[in-house]
Amino acid sequence: MENITKKKDISLVLCGAAGQGIQTVEELLTKTLKKSGYNVFATREYMSRVRGGVNSTSIRISSDNVRAYSERIDFLFPLNELAIPHLRKNLTSQSIIIGEKDFIDVNSDVPGIRIEVPFIEISKDVGGKVYANIVVLGLICNILNADKSILHNLLEENFESKGSEIVQNNLNAADKGFEKAHQLIDEGKLTRVQSIKANEDVINDYIIDGTQAIALGAIAGGVNYVTFYPMAPSTGIGTFLAQHSPEFSIIVDQSEDEISVINKALGASYAGARALVSTSGGGFSLMGEGVSLAGMSELPLVIIVGQRPGPATGMPTRTAQEDLNLVLHAGAGYFPRVIFAPNSIEEAFALTQNAFNLTQEYQVPVFILTDQYLVDSYYNLKELNYEHLKRENFIIKTERDYERYKFTETGVSPRGIPGFGEGLVDADSHTHTESGDITEDPDLRMQTVEKRLKKFSLIKDNALPPEYFGSENIKYLIISWGSSFYLIQEAIEIINRSDIGFLHFRQIYPLNEVTNEYVAKAEKLIVIESNPTGQFAKLIELETHQKIDYQILKSSGYTFSVEELSNRIKKAIEMI
Amino acid sequence: MLNSGKGKWDLDIEIHWCPGCGNYNALRIMKETLSELNLKQKEVVLVSGIGQAGKFPHFMNAQSFNGLHGRYLSNALGMKAANPELTVIAMSGDGCTYSEGGNHFIHTIRYNPDIVNIVHNNQVYGLTKGQASPTSQLGFKTPVQINGVIIEPFNAPAVAISLRASFVARAFTGDIDKTKEILKKAIKHKGYALIDLLCPCVTFNRVNTFQWYKENSYYLDDDYDPYDQVNALKTATQSKKLPLGIIYLNPNRPIYEESIQIYKKDKRPLYLRDLDLDKFESLMESFK
Repeated sequence: MENITKKKDISLVLCGAAGQGIQTVEELLTKTLKKSGYNVFATREYMSRVRGGVNSTSIRISSDNVRAYSERIDFLFPLNELAIPHLRKNLTSQSIIIGEKDFIDVNSDVPGIRIEVPFIEISKDVGGKVYANIVVLGLICNILNADKSILHNLLEENFESKGSEIVQNNLNAADKGFEKAHQLIDEGKLTRVQSIKANEDVINDYIIDGTQAIALGAIAGGVNYVTFYPMAPSTGIGTFLAQHSPEFSIIVDQSEDEISVINKALGASYAGARALVSTSGGGFSLMGEGVSLAGMSELPLVIIVGQRPGPATGMPTRTAQEDLNLVLHAGAGYFPRVIFAPNSIEEAFALTQNAFNLTQEYQVPVFILTDQYLVDSYYNLKELNYEHLKRENFIIKTERDYERYKFTETGVSPRGIPGFGEGLVDADSHTHTESGDITEDPDLRMQTVEKRLKKFSLIKDNALPPEYFGSENIKYLIISWGSSFYLIQEAIEIINRSDIGFLHFRQIYPLNEVTNEYVAKAEKLIVIESNPTGQFAKLIELETHQKIDYQILKSSGYTFSVEELSNRIKKAIEMI
Repeated sequence: MLNSGKGKWDLDIEIHWCPGCGNYNALRIMKETLSELNLKQKEVVLVSGIGQAGKFPHFMNAQSFNGLHGRYLSNALGMKAANPELTVIAMSGDGCTYSEGGNHFIHTIRYNPDIVNIVHNNQVYGLTKGQASPTSQLGFKTPVQINGVIIEPFNAPAVAISLRASFVARAFTGDIDKTKEILKKAIKHKGYALIDLLCPCVTFNRVNTFQWYKENSYYLDDDYDPYDQVNALKTATQSKKLPLGIIYLNPNRPIYEESIQIYKKDKRPLYLRDLDLDKFESLMESFK
């Protein structure tokens, strides 16, 4: 227990059944902690069911920025008897397990310091067991030295709509939790964590998760037409946009299937909408032909793909980076596309925002390829920098002689929309002439192929460079993409070797030319990604003609942890 | 064959259909109707799918969205939602609409956007050369259905009526005047308007010919009541001959795009709108 009080970073896990209200506790807890000046990070793992089973949220609290999942458990609050078996691999003799007797006494072979607290019994005094979670919340806030008045304010805000009696019961429940913590501390059973420094700066930070960041990025990008069919882990994006549709003039349509989703979005885009579709790998599979229609008809479209493990239904609520190849190759024929893979909450916002401008500018589909880990994770952050962001639509008022697919130097034709100007605007799925008529002329066909290739060159020239961390002279270069960024960064910090460099990609297609220089300089290349075959590693090999020396892969459906990565990177270095 | 008119909807371009195809009349009907209704080219979008009928917009001087096989109704619905000021006329064949796009056909009726949907129904696949279509008669022989069609034909008007579609009609390209009349009503009608347009294929369907349609169809009487759903369904399912005219009308259904909240106070199409940064800032504040 002494260890815990000296730590600058605490990892706390809430674990129980679906429908038990873990999420409410988690949200109130992280907000209370943030407003008390502590840095927080949280990520959820949950089963594909509405009630029962076992789900958990891992929360890290720190003096400094903390942005990645750690498998270490300093505190576990088991809310049912499945929690300890579920997390047994991560529990150590240092882990403090606090909860009902029935929930902490399972698996006595699993290490951990068990402290019995009869939360349900305590909650009976304040209105019944539905308040047990709030007693837990109060107790945690006291142990972590959070400000009680902040918790009170948040409870009042959160339950205001349910009436004053319920608000009061919640306040009383939180106070009971605070008191219980006091008592345990007085009895010497628990120690308050005072090693984490509160920081004034943090109090005014935002707390935003990946789902919200993408949806906010879309709003900041001027989205006004959203179609989707519900599918984990991307449903939340459509839901968020639906809830904010009146204030931001957004049409949100839950459509009959993903085929209609993409085709409606393209119809809307043709008429000048800033369109977004959101799905996961399975739903995206149904959109394949629509993606090639976007490519052929040169209609702007932003496509969000939140990855989960496949094939087919796979594990709906788990995480993976398995659909890079799918997104890279979806659609018949050749046409250019842009694929972004956000590495952080900030980038999930910025890349989505920028996707709306790029898709209008180049008239190619732009993808945001993310995953369950990122959309279900959040932390406190300073700013999203939206004031300076532009929203450009690149729409021209057409003249009478307007031709939609005019051949130009860049391959990009000025974009008209129907009803704006005097011209007639066509969209066509066939190989077509400059004015949009069907053609089978081989020379014209080659000109249209050339047009698409020119657009690809333009996109490639403007591709975001990868971010590099490390010194000039390194031996090992770690390469990764998307959501694993902070996990790897922290793992490398733990390893603390000066001969390791880290190259991370936010734009995974096309790759910026500078990629070649980075991979040529390093002696050994190590790629880290969450799929069984190394999809990005193969892309790097194909694009740079450099051989990847070692792959750190994971395809269990669960995210890497910082600890796992630092061990596996160390092992990789020993082996190559 | 060359297209030879001089009107504003005429286009000097080679037409790909077979000589004698029912689509020629359909093209004339469309051009004359649009002219007579004084519609402006920049306000009309012809949306189509794939098949011989899907090429239709390419043979007119109109702006068009020629999408994928089966998906044109989704394209049409999206563009109508994005800009309700456009007159959207969506058209394709029986295979594209009732087979490949069956799900979108059903759900577009449920949405009830203010669009016209003309389905060129020739009871056979033309572009892919003579296979059965979802409306082919039982026993209809093709190089694929060698012993004749064994699955029940799709009765589109009956399906549309059962979904309370706001306008359900059937017309025959062999009768230009009556079809123009129906098309005019469909364009003026507020809400989704289906015209199942009997449109003979002279190359691959030697059974359901112009003559066959003439003999096997009849116009609904002047005193026919199109507002009675049960009677309309009876008419669509139980007649020995194919009924022509407006079979069912249900004009009181809410129009999809008019029901979208953002258009209730502000009629501007989406392309004229931009983000309200003040509102965005206050939304951001809620995450602190």
